[in-house]
Amino acid sequence: MNYIFYFLIVISIIIGAVNGKLSDVVNSILSGAELSVKVAFSLIGIMAFWLGIMKIAEKSGLVTFLAKILKPISKRLFNELPQDSPAIGDVAMSFSANALGLANAATPIGIKAMEEMQKANTDKTTASNSMCMFLAMSTAGFQIVPTTVIAILIGIGYKNPTEIIAPTLIVTTIAFISAIIIAKIFQHFWSPQTQNNTEENGGAL
Amino acid sequence: MSFQTVMNTISLWTLPVIIILILTVGLIKKVPVYEAFTQGAKDGFKVSVNIIPYLVAIIVAISMLKASGAIEMAGAVLAPVLNYFHIPIDTIPIMIVRSLSGSAALGIFSDIAHTLGPDAYATKLAAIMLGSSETTFYVLAVYFGAVGITKLRYALVVGILADIIGIVAAVSVCHWLFA
Repeated sequence: MNYIFYFLIVISIIIGAVNGKLSDVVNSILSGAELSVKVAFSLIGIMAFWLGIMKIAEKSGLVTFLAKILKPISKRLFNELPQDSPAIGDVAMSFSANALGLANAATPIGIKAMEEMQKANTDKTTASNSMCMFLAMSTAGFQIVPTTVIAILIGIGYKNPTEIIAPTLIVTTIAFISAIIIAKIFQHFWSPQTQNNTEENGGAL
Repeated sequence: MSFQTVMNTISLWTLPVIIILILTVGLIKKVPVYEAFTQGAKDGFKVSVNIIPYLVAIIVAISMLKASGAIEMAGAVLAPVLNYFHIPIDTIPIMIVRSLSGSAALGIFSDIAHTLGPDAYATKLAAIMLGSSETTFYVLAVYFGAVGITKLRYALVVGILADIIGIVAAVSVCHWLFA
């Protein structure tokens, strides 16, 4: 991340200078910083709402129940997490929210899942295998119905916007499964974070 | 009832059904739902404020990159390659921006859709690309930022590889169905 951060900023300045857009680049620092705070503050309300709802789900045992149902899958994907960890339930909830296109709910619940995984993490500043797996699943953006895209298509008078659903689903599934497989492979070859438990064969997936 | 009405009804009802389900199970299990809710909601502010430094880092860096014209330059470099594969050049900005900025990608898509119209192949391809992926950099910054993790190990590489696979898949599927 250090290199990427450095690279993004230095490249922007150099290319901006070459293109004669240096003043735009400098102005974008201010507008970008402003936008970040706007994004964070606009999250507060919806974050509070979903963390509240999730607390109820957690206390009623719904999250643990969900974690139990998904045990056969989660055992393979998140093999370093304690199997009764509420993180599994949170991961499942966040994934469902994403899949249903409820982006507002997915982020708070996803963050909650990260917090649960952080509890089981041995090095608090470095991502654990489970976190990388969860991020791989989340960044792949699996979604059953792309609601925003369809809304725009309807807006421009697209005759049959639902014809986009099937191909999108195929593509998102391919990306999603690839992300899981790549994360599994990297988990074996990337320098381990700490001493990991001996893993059962992850190639089964 | 058309397929579209069914879809609309489903998307309208998912959220309310989930909320009712969680509240009802809570009540049945004798959870003090109001107290539990407020207890959980208390963290909303803290979490949102915690992610600000990570958001500033990633959003400022990407805003600078966008302002520098680097994305247009990358597009110009990619254009001959995409031409060779019969991929419409109009979709290049979406491919590059999709992982970096969700709102920018949506803006570009609106633009393509409005200028090229509903029947254009590029509109369909762009729609599939946009609908099938996530803003990788934003998700990474927010999720890892919320728990204070700075060493991402392979998380970013996986995210980007999956995005590239997604683009290739979108081009192939779109070609197969609509070309």
